[in-house]
Amino acid sequence: MAAVAPQPAEAGPIRRWAPLAGVAVIVIYCLAPFYWMVVSALRRPSDQFSNKIIPAPFSIQNFKDVFAGSNGFGRGLLNSLIVAGTVTILTLIIGMVAAYTLARLDFKFKNVVLAIIITTSMFPGISLVIPLLKLFIDIKWINTYQAMIVPSLSFALPLAVWNLTSFFRQMPQELEQAAMVDGCTPAQAFRKVIIPLAAPGVFTTAIITFIAAWNEFLIALSMTNKKSIQTANVIISQFTGTTGRDQPFGSQMAAGVVVTIPLVIAVLLFQRRIVAGLTAGGVK
Amino acid sequence: MTVTAPVAERPAKEPKQSKRPQRFNEGTGRLAALLLSPTLLVLGLVVLFPIISALRESLFTSGTKLDANGFIVKGSTFVGLDNYLDIFKGDTGHRFWNAFYNTTFFTVVCVVLETVLGVAMALIMHKAFKGRGIVRASILVPWAIPTVVSALLWKWIFQADGVANQLIGAQVLWSTEGWQSKLSVIIADTWKTAPFIGLLVLAGLQTIPAEVYEAAKVDGASVWKTFTRITLPLVKPALLVAVLFRILDTLRIFDLPFVLVGPHKDSVETLSMLAYDQAFNTRYGPAAAYATVLFIYVAVVAYAFVRILGADVIGEARAKKPGGGGGGGKRWKKKNAVKGSADTSVGAVAMGGGA
Amino acid sequence: MAVAGSLALLATACGSGDDGSSSGGSTAGALEGRGPITLASGKDTSGNLQNQLNAWNAKHPNEKVELKELPDDADAQRQQMVQNAQNQSDAYSVLVTDVVWTSEFAANQWITPIPEDKVPDLGKLVPATVETAKYRDKLYGVPITSDGGLLYYRKDLLTAAGITDAPKTWDELLADCQKVAATPGGKGMNCYAGQFEKYEGLTVNFSEAVNSAGGSIVDKDGKPDVDTPQALAGLQELQNGFKTGAIPKAAITYKEEESRRAFQDGKLLFLRNWPYVYSLANKTDGSSKIAGKFAVAPLPGKDGPGVSSLGGHDYTISSFAKNKATALDFINFMASEAQQKDNLSKTSLAPTWASLYDDPTLIKQFPYLPQLKASIATAQPRPRVVKYGDVTAAIQQAAYDALSKGSDPKATLTALQTKLQSLITP
Repeated sequence: MAAVAPQPAEAGPIRRWAPLAGVAVIVIYCLAPFYWMVVSALRRPSDQFSNKIIPAPFSIQNFKDVFAGSNGFGRGLLNSLIVAGTVTILTLIIGMVAAYTLARLDFKFKNVVLAIIITTSMFPGISLVIPLLKLFIDIKWINTYQAMIVPSLSFALPLAVWNLTSFFRQMPQELEQAAMVDGCTPAQAFRKVIIPLAAPGVFTTAIITFIAAWNEFLIALSMTNKKSIQTANVIISQFTGTTGRDQPFGSQMAAGVVVTIPLVIAVLLFQRRIVAGLTAGGVK
Repeated sequence: MTVTAPVAERPAKEPKQSKRPQRFNEGTGRLAALLLSPTLLVLGLVVLFPIISALRESLFTSGTKLDANGFIVKGSTFVGLDNYLDIFKGDTGHRFWNAFYNTTFFTVVCVVLETVLGVAMALIMHKAFKGRGIVRASILVPWAIPTVVSALLWKWIFQADGVANQLIGAQVLWSTEGWQSKLSVIIADTWKTAPFIGLLVLAGLQTIPAEVYEAAKVDGASVWKTFTRITLPLVKPALLVAVLFRILDTLRIFDLPFVLVGPHKDSVETLSMLAYDQAFNTRYGPAAAYATVLFIYVAVVAYAFVRILGADVIGEARAKKPGGGGGGGKRWKKKNAVKGSADTSVGAVAMGGGA
Repeated sequence: MAVAGSLALLATACGSGDDGSSSGGSTAGALEGRGPITLASGKDTSGNLQNQLNAWNAKHPNEKVELKELPDDADAQRQQMVQNAQNQSDAYSVLVTDVVWTSEFAANQWITPIPEDKVPDLGKLVPATVETAKYRDKLYGVPITSDGGLLYYRKDLLTAAGITDAPKTWDELLADCQKVAATPGGKGMNCYAGQFEKYEGLTVNFSEAVNSAGGSIVDKDGKPDVDTPQALAGLQELQNGFKTGAIPKAAITYKEEESRRAFQDGKLLFLRNWPYVYSLANKTDGSSKIAGKFAVAPLPGKDGPGVSSLGGHDYTISSFAKNKATALDFINFMASEAQQKDNLSKTSLAPTWASLYDDPTLIKQFPYLPQLKASIATAQPRPRVVKYGDVTAAIQQAAYDALSKGSDPKATLTALQTKLQSLITP
């Protein structure tokens, strides 16, 4: 799997094609189950049990079922977007400030703070729900966006802080010092020098945070009981067949495809930024 | 987004120079506290508070007795450490150690596989070739699918007459007790989360300057040597963070074995599932005790991991102090981004062709 | 500052936590208060529930009912209800509870007793279903839907083998399989399947085998009684079925849907399942290979007709709800003959109103109604115990070990008996 450095031009066919084959294997490995999901979604509901590789006849009935008025799935997608978007932005802002502090400032208890931050992602998530629900009922947060945003924020922050800290640390301190010699305030130096250079880390954190918040289920389920505020994942869990005992696998998969595609688009957009980081950056 | 060179856009006020040293020394404690407070506030409210209330809960039991009318006696009784002691007794203890073994087994196997696959994915995503945007997006697809949906998808694939059995041409009953149920969980988990490691490592790869590789090439280093001597050490911080968080997650694994194989199956029952099972039957005291035991286990593993492998991850504070901190010769700090001043271990290579 | 804030929160949250004595004081059964209420239910599959609510809301503009849809999964529904009860939330007024939850919910006083004289139609409902809504002889809810197991069988293949009637006993069923296997159409057919995956369905199937063989899980007084020759005979039927291959190996992974799939694919001669399969297996859109080729019968027993486990849902009133008088009226509205008839014809969910099973127009629409009536009338409830979650887990453990690992049935039942005694005796 060694394929970092560009291959010499005179390499034999095996050396030339081996990396490509590696790419193909990995891509197939990643996409095959997803393909099955798409195919299952594109079958007619009556062909749900089929194992054919290509859906024939092809049908978008499952997608129609997903968006049927009574499901409120469109609204659910919007809610997911609001929650995940807000979580991502807040995580980046709060996380970057904290990470920069931890990477650059020299103060006591730094390791203790880092340890406390990561400790919060060590408790089984399912055991947090009941105390949180109690708390949110007390402060009247049930059926609000913040009841989903704040927990997701706290689930995302530890990874964001740790990851960004490790990135900021790799940035040479001389950069900000040079910028400040040139008249930047520390905040400006951070914004104009460090963040662009750390862009791969920042955008990676953004993608991971967004996906994690988009996929959060347990909190979103427990903290809401009004359809108008539930996220897409909660709506999917309510999908059922015509009688309650039959499982609408086709429309569940169709819904899965629908909730995954925005993420794929987001990744496509963000990943350019990941690459943009250093190659476009100022340090050459 | 165009990235400006590290040059100020606006002309500076004059006496900046004198301010700089203070910035990094004086009053930093207070400044740090101020800057960290949003993070700590959020974590305190949403995570530390429930953890503390669970710790407290774990010392109580409730709802165990019926009164004369058949109603459960209300209120909770303080039982000290009984909930903890009960975990290790008799049948329950047997079940606990089985779950402990499963949890550890899944963590070791899944994280190792995911690390290998994830690094391979990162290297592929890092390569420059046509259509790599598409390749990147497709590699990240598994990670993007909501767990709720992907667990259903894999359940469907692993049915008795599902597509997995059709492909291998045999009828394996994946959800029954035995190695096959473990394997199904490992396959699904690895598939789903290897891209997570891949993504974080990719970001790490991006910060390695091309000059380092060019230098290695000039020196005639082999592909493998370049990988082990340059790439791996330089992505180590990113990789360690990724692996650390995967360990934390896998130790708490719940959804996949629960949905894919089912509850109460010895082969795949994990510690999180035990905690869930207690809570499901409204025994919140014992549930909190299980959660706490798992919490302690996770903390110990994480601490050991950081100690043994990850001095670099949080070790900077120690490293910076004169003579402070242990750490072997492999320590390397904030060096890789500029002009070939790379790690000592690869320094020779890097310097050879440095800018 | 931050610390002070979270400490204050901690204090309040803990304070309200364990003084449970002050709460849930509604056990006296004061069903008072009128105004808007909510209905917590699994997904409204057909949209008909919303229609029924609209009908109610039009007549009661000041006492409207809002539907709160819960996840499709029954465990997830129960968990949402329990969480709300733990927090004494009034978010849910009327709960649609599975028949096996009644004892637990009642013992915890999460639901309110309903005086029997406040439910005028109670006498018109199938008695077995009303029992499911009782805890210690007090009524806690009104059954609105029911469910009973049916034996689906391939009428075409039985006829081809010269068999005219569906088997009434387990031995007849096995003999019929032999006869069909000898015919050309019976090649490669599996004989029988139910639901044997380790989940609630296994408790249902195991209980049916035990009850059909004349045994029981708990006796009339609610004491465990599973270590008996009858129960042993029931368990052995299933165990031998797996051993001889009469029940296909894959059936150990079957839930309702997997077993329906095997039947619809024409791989099974006999299937134990719920009424919902009937219309799905009769679909002519290509999803079923056996449309029009099957019929239903009551479950077979050891020496005569078998005994089904009872399913279905009760409507109960949350103890923490406001406007309980409205809630009661609404439940009575849903229990009425007109609403149940409407619901059956639109959703095919089995009603609890006894006379609907004899309604000729409904029988025309749902030909299985007479068999279902027989099934439900003699059906046994699963153990009605406070710790139902633990009890059903213990039953599943025992049955699963016996069926998948072939553990000694006698020893398994003895162990199960001991386990149940520790769970049920208070």
